[in-house]
Amino acid sequence: MTAEVRTVEEWTKPLPQLDGVSTEYWQAASEGRLLIQQCPKCGHKQWYPRALCTACAADPEWLECSGRGEIHTFTVVRQYGAKPFRDELPYVIAMVQLEEGPMIMGAVTDIDPDAVRIGMAVEVYFVKAADDVGIPYWRPV
Amino acid sequence: MDRTPVIVGIGLSEYPVAPDLDGVQHHVLAAQRAIADAGIEKSMIDGYVNAGGGGGMMVDDAVTMAEYLRIDHKYIDGTMTGGSSFEFHVQHLAAAIRDGLCDTALVTYGSDQLSRMGRRLGTGGFQRAGQRVAGPIQYEAAYGNSLVGSYAMHAMRHMHEYGTTSEQLAEIAVGIREFAMLNPKAMYRDPMTVDDVLNSRMIADPLHKLDCCAITDGGGAFVITTAERAKDLPQDSIYVLGAAGGQTHWNVSQQPDFTTSAGAKAAPIAFGQAGLTHDDVDMLMFYDSFTITCLILLESLGFVKPGEGGPFVAEGNLKRGGKWPLNTDGGGLSSNHPGMRGIFLIIEAVRQLRGQGGESQVPDCEVALAAGSGGWLSCIGVAILGRSHP
Ligand SMILES: [Zn+2]
Repeated sequence: MTAEVRTVEEWTKPLPQLDGVSTEYWQAASEGRLLIQQCPKCGHKQWYPRALCTACAADPEWLECSGRGEIHTFTVVRQYGAKPFRDELPYVIAMVQLEEGPMIMGAVTDIDPDAVRIGMAVEVYFVKAADDVGIPYWRPV
Repeated sequence: MDRTPVIVGIGLSEYPVAPDLDGVQHHVLAAQRAIADAGIEKSMIDGYVNAGGGGGMMVDDAVTMAEYLRIDHKYIDGTMTGGSSFEFHVQHLAAAIRDGLCDTALVTYGSDQLSRMGRRLGTGGFQRAGQRVAGPIQYEAAYGNSLVGSYAMHAMRHMHEYGTTSEQLAEIAVGIREFAMLNPKAMYRDPMTVDDVLNSRMIADPLHKLDCCAITDGGGAFVITTAERAKDLPQDSIYVLGAAGGQTHWNVSQQPDFTTSAGAKAAPIAFGQAGLTHDDVDMLMFYDSFTITCLILLESLGFVKPGEGGPFVAEGNLKRGGKWPLNTDGGGLSSNHPGMRGIFLIIEAVRQLRGQGGESQVPDCEVALAAGSGGWLSCIGVAILGRSHP
């Protein structure tokens, strides 16, 4: 799958410090692809990406996701002290259970925060935060 | 020689507001008071434990503070699991005392958080705009989640799975407030109702302002030694009957189950060591960073079954005079929360077991259980303390 990649004039939120494992994850996201990892030895799937399979310690491989999932839990943040988040209140933070199994954290947009429910079907899109960084976001299907 | 671990001294610095003390001074004042309370000479201390993390302008990690205090230790531990650090310290020290790694150990904590930072901690300012964030938090930082939001996601899922209500969570805050009203030093002492909690503004759904702990200054310390040495000391011996800990995650996005905690693993170990059951426990000291923290600890430690916590607290079982009185000092919700509250759980449990609880004294208090939660219900430490030699 390749999901929508939105662009913004200026990214003012925190950026990931790319490391040996995360570089490929953020690069793929900047191209509209959501990656998790799967272990070739034991089949375990995991997010966030790591240098080992947390189940059996083998070297994991990348697995491209469908980009669909459902909201496992969430909150509506109504108070936050620092910019730029302070200017965007209220907003929704959620754990999304991916079709592939693992849970991923994200923000849910394109919906009235008061209408968000656990179990709601959502799909990923990305915001390009830097040349080599896309940030996954979620919206109702 | 009887090397059963015994807590023989406790000390608090000043709280909830102490603008004249920096974090290190909180460590020191609490240590001075704990040493005096124990009736020991400072030179007897040969073990030192300190999680750091509260010094503000000054560094207060274990080795820096060991130097500052000039403790000639043969055992040192800087374990930092967030607010539960001190329950893990009890676990480690119980083993160290038993094994003879040291004979008399001091644990200290101090924080000038309120006077230094103000009240922003729970709702922002972790990351600055455009900042590069390294490590696992890089996968969360872009979204603007708050400390409150992380606990709120636990409450939201618990409500979804079990039908837990905001009214039930509010009952926890109300019960603890009733104890705070008996503590002249508590940060918040006005009478408070369930409606007051529900009508306070929403910080992160479903947690209201009054579901959230206070932000204060404060420090604490305790002294632990062998039962043999304790015989010659002035205070009643308070025995460490069991202590255990566990970790399910650190960053909240890695929480495998938003309705429970590592207490489910730690509690059976601690109860097994103590040879006790839940019904033997006379009072509880739970980490009450938020109302939901207490509810999840209550269930995951096995005091009630998963999902039964809400109705159980609504029946008043955790209030003064209830089955398991909770947080008799007024807790973090109403009395003091300088950032890592776990040491106050131990100190108040000892105070109750000694019968020094004053107006909030739990009658016939023989066994107390302290459960710390560090991070985002990440690292749970459980300590069972008692009046009787195990
Ligand atoms: Zn594996």
